[in-house]
Amino acid sequence: MLFISNNTGAKMETVKITIDNKVIEVAKGTTILKAAKEAGIHIPTLCYLHLHDLNIENKPAGCRICVVEVEGRRNLAPACVTECLDGMVINTHNIRVLNSRKTVLELILSDHPTDCLICAKNGDCELQTMAQEFGVRKIHYEGEQSTYREDTSPAIIRDVDKCIMCRRCEMMCNEVQTVGVLSAVNRGFMSVVAPAFEMNLDHSECTYCGQCVAVCPTGALTEVDHTNQVIRALADPTKTVVVQTAPAVRAALGEEFGMEPGTLVTGKLAAALRRLGFNYVFDTDFAADLTIMEEGTELLDRLTRHLNGDKDVPLPILTSCCPGWVNFFEHQFPDMRDIPSTARSPQQMFGAIAKTYFAEKIGVKRDDMVVVSIMPCLAKKYECQREEFATDGNPDVDFSISTRELAHLIKQSNINFNDLEDEDFDNPLGESTGAAVIFGTTGGVIEAAVRTAYEVHTGKKLEKVDFEELRGMDFIREATIDFNGLPIRIGIAHGLGNARKLLQDIKDGKSSFHAIEIMACPGGCIGGGGQPLHHGDSSILKARQKAIYREDAGKTIRKSHENPYIIQLYEEFLGKPMSEKSHHLLHTHYFDKSKEIKVVE
Amino acid sequence: MAKYKMHVLVCGGTGCHASQSDLLLDNLKTIVADKGLDNEVQVIATGCFGFCEKGPIVKIMPDNTFYTQVTPEDAREIIEEHLIKGRKVNRLLYVDPENQEHIADSKHMGFYKKQLRIALRNCGFIDPENIDEYIARDGYEAMAKCLTEMTPQQVIDVMKKSGLRGRGGGGFPTGLKWEITNRSVSDIKYVVCNADEGDPGAFMDRSILEGDPHSVIEAMAICGYCIGGEHGLVYIRAEYPLAINRLKIAIEQAREYGLLGKNILGSDFSFDIELRYGAGAFVCGEETALIHSMEGYRGEPTVKPPFPSVSGYFEKPTNVNNVETFANVPVIINKGAEWFSSIGSEKSKGTKVFALAGKINNVGLIEVPMGTTLREVIYEIGGGIKDGKKFKAVQTGGPSGGCLTEKHLDVPIDYDNLIASGSMMGSGGMIVMDEDDCMVSVAKFYLDFTVEESCGKCSPCRIGNKRLYEILDKITQGKGTREDIDRLRNLSTVIKDTALCGLGQTSPNPVLSTIDNFWDEYIEHVTDKKCRSGQCKALLQYFIDAENCVGCTACARNCPVNAIAGERKGIHVIDQTTCIKCGACMEKCKFNAVYIK
Repeated sequence: MLFISNNTGAKMETVKITIDNKVIEVAKGTTILKAAKEAGIHIPTLCYLHLHDLNIENKPAGCRICVVEVEGRRNLAPACVTECLDGMVINTHNIRVLNSRKTVLELILSDHPTDCLICAKNGDCELQTMAQEFGVRKIHYEGEQSTYREDTSPAIIRDVDKCIMCRRCEMMCNEVQTVGVLSAVNRGFMSVVAPAFEMNLDHSECTYCGQCVAVCPTGALTEVDHTNQVIRALADPTKTVVVQTAPAVRAALGEEFGMEPGTLVTGKLAAALRRLGFNYVFDTDFAADLTIMEEGTELLDRLTRHLNGDKDVPLPILTSCCPGWVNFFEHQFPDMRDIPSTARSPQQMFGAIAKTYFAEKIGVKRDDMVVVSIMPCLAKKYECQREEFATDGNPDVDFSISTRELAHLIKQSNINFNDLEDEDFDNPLGESTGAAVIFGTTGGVIEAAVRTAYEVHTGKKLEKVDFEELRGMDFIREATIDFNGLPIRIGIAHGLGNARKLLQDIKDGKSSFHAIEIMACPGGCIGGGGQPLHHGDSSILKARQKAIYREDAGKTIRKSHENPYIIQLYEEFLGKPMSEKSHHLLHTHYFDKSKEIKVVE
Repeated sequence: MAKYKMHVLVCGGTGCHASQSDLLLDNLKTIVADKGLDNEVQVIATGCFGFCEKGPIVKIMPDNTFYTQVTPEDAREIIEEHLIKGRKVNRLLYVDPENQEHIADSKHMGFYKKQLRIALRNCGFIDPENIDEYIARDGYEAMAKCLTEMTPQQVIDVMKKSGLRGRGGGGFPTGLKWEITNRSVSDIKYVVCNADEGDPGAFMDRSILEGDPHSVIEAMAICGYCIGGEHGLVYIRAEYPLAINRLKIAIEQAREYGLLGKNILGSDFSFDIELRYGAGAFVCGEETALIHSMEGYRGEPTVKPPFPSVSGYFEKPTNVNNVETFANVPVIINKGAEWFSSIGSEKSKGTKVFALAGKINNVGLIEVPMGTTLREVIYEIGGGIKDGKKFKAVQTGGPSGGCLTEKHLDVPIDYDNLIASGSMMGSGGMIVMDEDDCMVSVAKFYLDFTVEESCGKCSPCRIGNKRLYEILDKITQGKGTREDIDRLRNLSTVIKDTALCGLGQTSPNPVLSTIDNFWDEYIEHVTDKKCRSGQCKALLQYFIDAENCVGCTACARNCPVNAIAGERKGIHVIDQTTCIKCGACMEKCKFNAVYIK
């Protein structure tokens, strides 16, 4: 046996293979696909998805695009799942392989609508790109196309005529998120990915996290597009249109304009929004600071009462700014709905303050104000449509559009985004701290809360505001923060499957955390379902995360309670955190949405 | 215990059951009781005799009298004439189709003469619902021998030496599979019996489970002993209620006798069996799909390796064998590897059960030594082609197999020869076709099946088979071109090369084998727009023969699309562009004036 050293210096078993006449040595267990990559050979894939930094892999070996010839084997082998064996001779592009690959692609295309020009994924579709790369000019196997009804929910559209059965969405929904809404139904040519009993998404337990959309290679899963409503509102002279933009948007929007992942475009973003005609260009970050004031206070209140012996006060406290997560526990753990913080999400806090405090300030009637949010998220579309976030039928946030939708809006409005000069957000709802910015990544909300809670609780000034122990990409992280002798145990989970684990621990009485931050999407909002598509490159998420921390580090104020406009808001309007007014405007309650499925014998 | 002079064996298999053999059984029992013959005559329901063509079957032992197509009303005559007076009921005896002689002893029937029944040894002989009858036929002796005299490795060695190969279609050496599972290290291992029989027309597994369930139970226990597993699972189609019922009874009886359960026969070995029901998806016969279905997931295959023997049911080592494979095991242990390997051909040992169907006189289930030729099976056992027609092809291996022709008739049947001939063994379906069968339509029929049964997981099978079907359909509609045949070939090759599991990898076989063996027929369809067998309706044209037409107008009056013109007492003519080829004119013409070209 051969051995080579890996990075840690330990020896590992290797195998020697010949791939396209190149002899290479790879670690035992390496797939042909990965070995080829090491050898600088790009084998095309379609269903395969590997988010390396998140340890998420989809390899059903279903599309059969990545087939290669392995000498001595009767059939071609799918490179994505076939392990290299010692002495294997592999050919990745002889005529047999090329013909098979192209024929399989033609077959997939033969059962795919050809409305590329008007498809939501036009230009951003992996199937389209592949057809282009393969130089498909004619489909030799045309025939009947499978059709299925379109399913539109408040946030996500399923157009499964465009589904190629890559099963990425299914893997995300079942294995990563453990929501279990999407799975293959029906057989053969009629098989599609759908909720159980082929019900519509809005009747299922879908959380609208949008991770299915984030990984869909085609236009089968897309967001409900609200850009037209936004354009109409902007064109209406009777409306004052206020926009808020979430922290994770500024770290990803640039990608839509050809910039390197991780490019911060905060200034250009504000400038573009102003060009689009928004009357007030604000920042959800302001509301994130406000969230910390409310949620942090709630945490300290619950903690103090709990430590003083009031066992009716539940701990840990769970964050509640992620709407996918809220949907998740309302469906899956409704009996535990008193555990999450009652604080509304920053999007909704913003809407509530904009349509009361700010509307009063500028003398605009609630009905004449339209609040638009730019979000990395699809669940936000559903959240702003929740009845409890409306007054007399008028929602606090009128429309939520994704980072991708904003990019389209900017492009169709003839704005040369790349050349825009940086501008600032408007005040008062545009000022924010570094603590608010980091809401955009996993671990950020709890770090922001710690910065404030520490100072409020101990009365001391933090020497160092960076809590490295709370950062990173590990799915479940835990840390203990010393609150002046009081050890505060903090848990972090991103991805709903990991949230489920922590929640189950709480249910089983095994949890020892005081506070837990949960984000539905892997990576947090930077990996949200509304972000520019990463197409399986998880280094993009890492780059966005770095950008978020960079923005934080560059801020002069980095603690939410030091935001002068937050202080002003409490002085002028709310009184103090968790005041009656705060409760009315900034807090919410949760519902039991567990579904009762009756199986008729 | 009564000592019977005569035994009346009534077929209780699904086929005969459907023809009221249960009523027949009741009548026989009642009349035997009425006549006070209870202590002399035993009437039992057995498993399938295989001769389903002429069911319901009643066999009288010990004289081997074989009555066919017996109705419940015949019960009295059989008892009064045969059992009491000793006169065989001539009209119920099997008639040799060649010399029209009534055959009194089943040993002399062509159908049975060439058969060697190992897997089916007890089918049609014992009462499957009575464990004692199985034990009386050396039942559970093999298991006892294994548990008390042999180590697992010794048993595995016997299996390896016997040369038994998987009867589900793959033909993987059984002993080797057991050995691999034995060597997989795990706390829990499973024995799975694949009873998800799905090839159209094949029913050997059902017959074994209905006729001799204990042979499978015993073999599963032996397998468990060999691999080091205590859990047995039978994955069986829910559409097999009779087999399920008999299997349940057998498992219960085996438990009562201590032949299943803890410390079997006082040994350290424990083993028990549970049933898992399949919903009738063909792909679930593929072992990884079967395992996923048992786990509660969608019945979809996954890529091998890992093989189930390493990582199967809930990721534990799992030995999956087919029903017929298991049914061979106890006999091999009892009679030895040498005996078994002396039967059959060089690389395929023992016998194989085939389900004969199609245009053949003796439709039914047969078991022959490997190496028997197709000619022997079709002409000697099967009694030749129905209605004296000409043999055209035989389709073996179900939807995964191919069509073999006249030139293959003398090929000795075994795994390797069939593959070399462009077909495969499969689970043993054998569908015989005559000159009236259109081979393009036959290929289309099989593709229709695979399109329906594809799970949809991989694109070549999901879409490719559909496209194959569409092209074949186009050809049968008379719209095919020469290029379509090339497209069929290329697509078939790609599907075989790229599909994920055995279903997709073999589904183009019927297309390729018919193109190879019946090239002329394809060409006729696409260039001459003709179907020589007259099966492809779209390629037919109806004409009226001017000499025979008397102008009665019957054809014109009955034509649903008014395609026939002609005066009364004048010659009629069919407008080919309007004609829908329904055949009504031909049916109504009393003067044979309408003909097809």
